[in-house]
Amino acid sequence: MSATELILTHYRRPHNRGTLDAPDGVATRVNPLCGESLTVGVRLTNGRVDEIRFDGESCSVGRASASMMTDLVRGLDASAIAALTARVRALVAGDPAAAADPALGELRALSAIARTPARAPCALLAWEALADAMAAAVLAARVADGLP
Amino acid sequence: MNRDDFPLLADRPGLHYLDSAASSQKPAAVLDAMRTFYETSYANPHRGAYELAVAATDRYHAARETVARFVGVADPACLLFTRGTTESLNLVAATWGRMSVAAGDEVVVTRLEHHANFVPWQLLAADRGARFRIAEMTDDGRLDLDSLDAVLGPRTRLVAVTHVSNALGSITPLADVVSRVRRLAPAAAIVVDGAQAVPHLTVDFDALDVDFYAFSGHKMLGPTGIGVLIGRRAMLEAMPPYQTGGDMIELVGDERTTWNVLPHKFEAGTPNVGDAVGLAAAVDYLSAVGMQEVRWHERALTELASERLAAIPGVRVYGPPADERSGVVSFSLADVHPHDLATILDQDGVCIRAGQHCAQPLLRRLGVGATARASFYIYNDAADVEALVQGVLKAQALFVGVGH
Repeated sequence: MSATELILTHYRRPHNRGTLDAPDGVATRVNPLCGESLTVGVRLTNGRVDEIRFDGESCSVGRASASMMTDLVRGLDASAIAALTARVRALVAGDPAAAADPALGELRALSAIARTPARAPCALLAWEALADAMAAAVLAARVADGLP
Repeated sequence: MNRDDFPLLADRPGLHYLDSAASSQKPAAVLDAMRTFYETSYANPHRGAYELAVAATDRYHAARETVARFVGVADPACLLFTRGTTESLNLVAATWGRMSVAAGDEVVVTRLEHHANFVPWQLLAADRGARFRIAEMTDDGRLDLDSLDAVLGPRTRLVAVTHVSNALGSITPLADVVSRVRRLAPAAAIVVDGAQAVPHLTVDFDALDVDFYAFSGHKMLGPTGIGVLIGRRAMLEAMPPYQTGGDMIELVGDERTTWNVLPHKFEAGTPNVGDAVGLAAAVDYLSAVGMQEVRWHERALTELASERLAAIPGVRVYGPPADERSGVVSFSLADVHPHDLATILDQDGVCIRAGQHCAQPLLRRLGVGATARASFYIYNDAADVEALVQGVLKAQALFVGVGH
């Protein structure tokens, strides 16, 4: 399957699309330039992603990136997600090592985005929403544990 | 109709530039005028007593007179050069606005405004404790005149309205709007955003009976970095300066300073004479073509593109009919995000804008997150429309599937 076909497959039939019941953390990010908006909700077990859903209005790149992301981050904690996000940033910035990194899985299909920098924010939108959702979930857990 | 006059377009025969509402391409006449000016007549205007400085000063004055004539301003001293429409509108907000809007007053904008004619007034109202009111838009993208009437009143101090919507191309019936404002809100000043009007329509400021009118050079074949604010003389004279510095002063005492006469009072620092010369050349170019000719040409392309696009299943064209619209076609394609559409079109050299067009309040009212926008100018032709239509069909086949 070509990169374009893979992106379109996720665009037409996105994985884990919808709203999560009783999320531990949820966050929305918008791209003011193009009007895209993505919401990501997570439920954690021992600080690791147990359930994740995304929803919102976005282009094929934004939706495919979000769909692939939900497949990749299950079982990861906030610091592992931050490290993976840094790899995705490198990927859409045109880093050839990231484009060949098996840890990025299907996301490598997005490497061609580097040729159209205006689209890079679309690919990163879901990841930024996820970072916010993780921060909210981690903070909520600390508050629940009575920590400052 | 004039593609060969534009070096960038002449060099790229396969390019279909349909983003002139964002910025226009430049004819050789503009580029040549600026180059010749810098090569033969350049010095700092208003400063030197030597012959070269006098020549530069003359060119600056001549540019102001040329632009003033083009937009129907009899008194060129009331035409100020700025960086562009955004600065022109912010200038009015920071000077006339701060001077004139008080707590309890009302500031009116419309749902069709570009952020540059929305946010300065929203901020001014919050700053002065005034009420910020929005005249709404009809379903087909026109200013709702009933809604306008409803928000006007004796406390209205300012009405900010666009002459042509950048997102939809809707042409505001300005004469009707002005008569309603004068009747229902006699204390209001009228500020018009003409950024999308002056490049495409005949504009006669002195006949409009508005108080301020702003536009940009780069959307009308001129260089970036220069624009215009026109104001009524009495209001400009009563206003405090916007920026202070060289050129705009009369006497600088140890305790206080007095201001230079118009237009210099509002043009602090070394004037942008090179871009003024370029803008004057752009005005000469447009005058030679004729603004009526520009309008007819764009209207024909807009009608053609609207009809061709609307005939594609899944396409929705926004805004009023083509005769009430400038050279803008804002549309969406079912199941294809405008961003994706723009990328597919770009692969075939078709340049359009996708997004919110700096008009989030308008897009919220339309109920869409983004639209695709094709916009025309004098260098476009039917082949550009054909390339656009073919690109839309290609994107549909790719994303939705052929004959789905």
